[in-house]
Amino acid sequence: MEQNTINPPAIKRRGAPLWIQLLVWAGLLALLVILGLGLFRAQHPILKIGSKVPDFTLKLFDGYQYQQASQVSLSSLRGKVVVVNFWASWCVTCADEAPAMEAAWQYYQPDGKVVFLGVDYTDVDSKALEFLSRFSITYPNGPDLGTRITPIFNKNIAMPETYIMDQEGVLRQEQIGPFQSVAEIRSAIDPLLSGK
Amino acid sequence: MLNTVRMSKLMNSILKRSFWILGILLVCLSFSTGLASAQSPTPSDDQVNAIARQLFCPICENIPLDVCPTQACHDWRELIRQMLAAGKSEAEIKQYFVDHYGARVLSEPPARGLNWLVYVVPPLAFCAGIFLLFMAFRTWRRTGSGSAAALVSDPSMPEKDPGSANSQGDAASSAVDDEYAARFEEQLRKQR
Repeated sequence: MEQNTINPPAIKRRGAPLWIQLLVWAGLLALLVILGLGLFRAQHPILKIGSKVPDFTLKLFDGYQYQQASQVSLSSLRGKVVVVNFWASWCVTCADEAPAMEAAWQYYQPDGKVVFLGVDYTDVDSKALEFLSRFSITYPNGPDLGTRITPIFNKNIAMPETYIMDQEGVLRQEQIGPFQSVAEIRSAIDPLLSGK
Repeated sequence: MLNTVRMSKLMNSILKRSFWILGILLVCLSFSTGLASAQSPTPSDDQVNAIARQLFCPICENIPLDVCPTQACHDWRELIRQMLAAGKSEAEIKQYFVDHYGARVLSEPPARGLNWLVYVVPPLAFCAGIFLLFMAFRTWRRTGSGSAAALVSDPSMPEKDPGSANSQGDAASSAVDDEYAARFEEQLRKQR
């Protein structure tokens, strides 16, 4: 018995040229790599303790100077312990912390072994200056112009935050949230001065 | 004759003075309008929000500045109002925000760096999708018509009234049905 079978005519497969296919796959791969890197960075937002802190320059507010200069860069502070305090005028807990920060600065300033830098994160200049005046802050302070300094330390920053670097510019201490007292600030700085 | 000459000179003098006075008045008027525009009244909320909605809150991400309820955003809207009152243009105000808080505050990021992907990838993906759909439809149509043609031209297949199938798709499906029906009947005959 002859069996009927359906034999469709051979269809010539016509697709995009090989180079287009390769280009598309390469594009998709590149996109995945970019997304992956973005996710990786989002999961690791904070600079690790022990990391060398990349250099940055802080332009100071009018009326503030450091060694007769209107800006200060981290690399120029080698040999000193550097305390970088992130704050903002709209941050309530920054106001709680401000008097202790200024008192600690007054304690360390005469020796010149410790430098405090105040970095004003996303603020209105007039409000920031009002804040500094209210708490009589005297250590060098400036706005984080273009939000370039903050992401070096923490991409998801929560005000206030303080980072303390040793004499070699290596991150040794971090304080997420406000310091509660001068004693607490000193307990973070003093070990670095004694070389412990 | 002398009187006519005097009159003519007098008229010329009056005309010249009139032109001078008119010129001075025009200059004064332009200055006064310029001052008036420079000392424009406080910009309205609508004027402020027209710019604020093109900016995003730098601290509470993904919230446009015009609807952001925080104190910081209120301060920034006031800053926009002050800058507008000072005669700053929309572009200057936006640039100030970019300089101070970074390009992330713009609702439409500038097409540079990796930002250009935002502008290039979606249209490319759309075009690629259209192209793939076009190719797929074309392939399906060819496959369908090829199968139908093969089935219709198969001499072993039962005859079918050509008037019953108007399209090739109908012809193909009815041909397949007929083939299965024929096989089924053949099997039944064998079993008897």
